[in-house]
Amino acid sequence: MSELHVTDRNIENMVANLLRTGVTLAGIVVAAGGALYLFRHGGEISDHHTFTIPPAADRLLPAIITGALHHRARSVIQAGILLLIATPIARVALSLIGFTLERDWKYMLITAIVLTVLLYSLISGTAHG
Amino acid sequence: MTVSEFTPIVFGASLLAGFLGALTGLGGGVIVTPVLTLFLGVDLRYAIGASLVSVVATSSGAAAAYVRDGLSNIRIGMFLEIATTAGAVLGAFLGTIIPTKDLAILFGLILLQSAWQTSRQHSGSKKPIPPDPLGESLKLNGAFTLAGKTESYVVSRVKTGFALMLGAGTLSGLLGIGSGSLKVIAMDQAMRIPFKVSTATSSFMIGVTAAASATVYLSRGYVEPSIAMPVMLGVLLGSLAGARMLPVLPVLTLRRLFAVVVGFVGIEMIVNAFRGKL
Repeated sequence: MSELHVTDRNIENMVANLLRTGVTLAGIVVAAGGALYLFRHGGEISDHHTFTIPPAADRLLPAIITGALHHRARSVIQAGILLLIATPIARVALSLIGFTLERDWKYMLITAIVLTVLLYSLISGTAHG
Repeated sequence: MTVSEFTPIVFGASLLAGFLGALTGLGGGVIVTPVLTLFLGVDLRYAIGASLVSVVATSSGAAAAYVRDGLSNIRIGMFLEIATTAGAVLGAFLGTIIPTKDLAILFGLILLQSAWQTSRQHSGSKKPIPPDPLGESLKLNGAFTLAGKTESYVVSRVKTGFALMLGAGTLSGLLGIGSGSLKVIAMDQAMRIPFKVSTATSSFMIGVTAAASATVYLSRGYVEPSIAMPVMLGVLLGSLAGARMLPVLPVLTLRRLFAVVVGFVGIEMIVNAFRGKL
């Protein structure tokens, strides 16, 4: 028998805590970026009638992080959005660890399949994007 | 309109979107997309990006509370996510072959019919359906505690539910919206899972597939930070409020609310199909 005894209740608590931490962090970062953005650009005209491809600092991970570190408001917001997007994916990864610790092989397999399909759609989607 | 005017309007609409999204298990896109495109004249691509962000925010915000309360069944969620994620990949492939207009009209009609069915039915009037042995072997049966009372439940027709989820995932990959509604309908009508568990588990599930799509749309530039910021913050706060309300609201009220919102999605789907937006 294992010394570490993990139950469904433990997994639920881990998942709930991860989700809460993820959205709280993401919310704080987006709010900080938003405050900075409104302070600097609040008086400008908001025009989103036509779509234009934005600069890399608005849409690609390395440029978003560089921009955010230089206090570029739009990059700070996007960094928060990335934290938000990462939260449910981290939830699936954490569930995989939980079911492994619980020695629930059936659900370990189920979760591994979901994570694989997710990672596949992430990688293939980004490649085509 | 200046940024200082645009931001609070979008924030307010998103508060409502997150609140309704958490209560119905549908995410916030149902309200965010039409407000942005119809009332604020925002390009559809920015609206798609904002809508995906709103689904991820509602899902994680509400699910944190629902998982803790035992309302989101993480095993049902995980098991059915095989079907929804695989379906989403399948739908993305099929999207290049199948004309989405006819499909959107058909799907809209299905939603209108389901809205009608959901609104009429409440737990007492259901014909009993024997529990599925698969539910036992997959440990899908569960229990939740509301106001000190613990209610346990068993699931029925697991294969039918799984097949419907595959369909829901494929449609969401093909059409972009509407997957949450089919998830709730499959769990409620086919698997006979208690309504609150169905919507809370749907809330838990929708964030995962939306997160995968959101990264793609972010890299394409569809997620505009000045729109995503008020949407994300509004939806998040709204979903936290919604998650507090779900345990105390009567099931019949939630069913009616769900029916109204799903009926609205159905009409929106058909109108968009005729306007050539799909």
